[in-house]
Amino acid sequence: MEPNELREWEQKCIQEEPPQCTAACPIHLDARLFVRQVGEGDWGGALKTLAKTMPFPRILGRICDHPCEHACLRGEAGEPIAIGALERLCVETVQQRVVPSMLPRKRLAIAVVGSGLGSLTVAWDLLRKGYDLTLFEPGSRLGGSLWSLPENILPPEVLSAELELLTELGATVELFAKVGRPNTVVTLSESFAAVYIGLDTQGVNLNLLDLDDQGAVQVDPLTMATSRTGVFAGGRADDTKSPIAAVLAGRRAATSIDRFVTNVSMESGREKEGPYATLLYTSLAGVAPLPRIAAANPASGYNAEEALKEAGRCIQCECLECVKVCSYLEKFKGYPRKYAREIYNNERMVPGGVHRANLLVNSCSNCGLCATVCPNDFHMGELCHDARLSMVARAKMPPAAHEFALLDLEFSSSDKFALARHEPGLTASRYLFFPSCQLAGSAPGQVSEAYGFLRQQLSGGVGLMLNCCGAPGFWAGRDDLFYAAIRTLRTEWHALGEPVMIVACSSCLAIFREQLPEIPLVSLWEVLEQTGLPNTAAEAGRLAVVDPCSSRLDPAVQKSVRRLLERLGAAIEELPLHGDKPECCGFGGLMANANPALAREVVARRLAASDSDYLAYCAMCRDHFTAAGKRTTHLIDLIFPVETREDPAGRPATGWSLRHENRARLKEALLKELWGEATVTVAEYERRRVEIPPDVLALMEARRILVADVQRVIEYGERTGNRLRSEENGLCRAYFRPHRVTFWVDYRQQGEGFIVANAYCHRMEIVRSSHEHV
Amino acid sequence: MSMCEQDPATWSCDRCAVALVPGKVEFSYMGGSFKVDLPVCPDCGLVLVPEELAVGRMADAEKILEDK
Repeated sequence: MEPNELREWEQKCIQEEPPQCTAACPIHLDARLFVRQVGEGDWGGALKTLAKTMPFPRILGRICDHPCEHACLRGEAGEPIAIGALERLCVETVQQRVVPSMLPRKRLAIAVVGSGLGSLTVAWDLLRKGYDLTLFEPGSRLGGSLWSLPENILPPEVLSAELELLTELGATVELFAKVGRPNTVVTLSESFAAVYIGLDTQGVNLNLLDLDDQGAVQVDPLTMATSRTGVFAGGRADDTKSPIAAVLAGRRAATSIDRFVTNVSMESGREKEGPYATLLYTSLAGVAPLPRIAAANPASGYNAEEALKEAGRCIQCECLECVKVCSYLEKFKGYPRKYAREIYNNERMVPGGVHRANLLVNSCSNCGLCATVCPNDFHMGELCHDARLSMVARAKMPPAAHEFALLDLEFSSSDKFALARHEPGLTASRYLFFPSCQLAGSAPGQVSEAYGFLRQQLSGGVGLMLNCCGAPGFWAGRDDLFYAAIRTLRTEWHALGEPVMIVACSSCLAIFREQLPEIPLVSLWEVLEQTGLPNTAAEAGRLAVVDPCSSRLDPAVQKSVRRLLERLGAAIEELPLHGDKPECCGFGGLMANANPALAREVVARRLAASDSDYLAYCAMCRDHFTAAGKRTTHLIDLIFPVETREDPAGRPATGWSLRHENRARLKEALLKELWGEATVTVAEYERRRVEIPPDVLALMEARRILVADVQRVIEYGERTGNRLRSEENGLCRAYFRPHRVTFWVDYRQQGEGFIVANAYCHRMEIVRSSHEHV
Repeated sequence: MSMCEQDPATWSCDRCAVALVPGKVEFSYMGGSFKVDLPVCPDCGLVLVPEELAVGRMADAEKILEDK
């Protein structure tokens, strides 16, 4: 990933955009954090949050006109949070001193004339930035019009105490300053690196500064610069009307002065000064309207208990739309913007970067739900897919992540399963049935029935193509394997006379649409809607439809499935996430391979969506849910019931070994029955007859060990004699590494065959061994 | 690192008909290599990786290397 690509990804995720309250605050107080701290009773922390942004927090906390409240999103669900009242209680009750952080001294002298709120802000900000600051006040005390505020709003002793902070911070204060002389501006600007003049100050001689049409001193609204270089001004508005606006003017001027004296552009990068529109999106779905908490004594404001309640109404605005609907995004405790950065750092091997991103990259199901719910279409799957391609290219992809699925692809595209033929007895195909490797592996009998029905119903020849669409290669970032699969399919489709492909699996359909646009495609379910259903179809009861994630962009197929279900008499229940928001079952993106624990969580979350039986039309959804104990029927079980008529949901989940076996047997049976061919070469290891008790088979399934792997180990151990023997019970143990996994099998011979007692595996490769000579 | 979690005497090499003895086994994975004390056949070098090791510490080490 290039730095500019990272920036593009980062900009798409708006989670780190400020909440409405902060964006609307002229000085961008982190009101969300402040209110949270109040809600947690962390009053000290809350005051620190105020002081981080506010000059003189004990003054401003009492008098701010809080434009944040107008922007507060809570206002759309009840009333805005009383941020102003909470600030007031905070500065009234917390007595601890808040010392602002100070930058090192700069030895540059700045003059500030006047001491209204704007001038005070300039002084505060520049003192903190390390300038030598002299404040010229023509009157007898600092504070200007702040003294005119009612005592119950701003008690004089509070004002006095806060103003003393200026001298504590190191300001030189000149009261009764002579600023009415004709040469005041010149003298100041010659003696100081920069000058700020508070225009609300009485008696300042401004005669050398240009005036605007209204006769007031001309001030650049962005920089607060006057016509004279190095002289800045502001504070014309009545400070008590919008104190926070006066503070903003002062802050703008202080920023300009800092830039001016350090020779930095005064204009650039100031777009987000003052209130602006934030891009943060926060859903109010499920947020019940709540009115503002009323103070028992309105004159004195909230007490602590009331404040806690009021702060508790804050919805703590954030987006996280994608994280809310995705176990994967939730699991890694961040959000896409953060993940993009982690993946980038991981790829660049940035020192100190988080090195957990391989698992992050390989755990995404690439289902695209995030992009559907994201206000900016952030597609985590695309980000992860790019990262996987890069990992493969840099030889950094751990083989454990996808190898098992890639071997499954290899099996399905091998002679064991792959087939492309015209209908028996015909030399042309108007249609070509592509049942998918996983449906053939899960429900071979139903696939066979479906093919028979299609041949019977459709004229012009219905060819058959058994193969894999290449999806595991795509998901694994193995473009070589993926495009090889696509090329084979294209070649065979051409050779069969370019028929219309009838596809049962939504994942295959999605891949063909993208990669093989020249092929006319139709889903099996749409075809069955046209042909009508076989008389043998089962009746359906109440079913909750689980749309596969790959049907997201295929509303026609989703509708077709529902119409078929209606014909079967089903009472259809819609799950909260369906239509354009279907979830993945954990198979997509090879999540279950790279992160089986997460895939189990995904399944558990999905099963919690409804107590009804599920209806799936993706073989992997069905098998994942069934394996987790959920009664799930595949649509093909209803339409073409094979020994499942009484209870279509009762068919057990199909493990990986059985999938291979089912595919191989389907091909064998079809070749024999339809084309009259006996086939199939059997490898030596496959002749080893093995008996595997169910508990061992279940363990093998969890460890992703196939029956064929066990047969290979036994064949190797028996052929070479390389095996261990238990001196206690005579059990044999052998190991063999047919590809990149070493398999270990405990077994004993029984008659012609072998009983398997245990199987385990590891990926670390045994390089050499030596015994110790004692 | 010692991983002789199982008494090597309970397994013998069937072909060489000798008991396994303590030995060193070198493994490699994801560009790293490790030496582990394990039972081996003193004659032919056949090794024993116990199940607890393969699905326990070895699997943990594999995961750590895979995420690096």
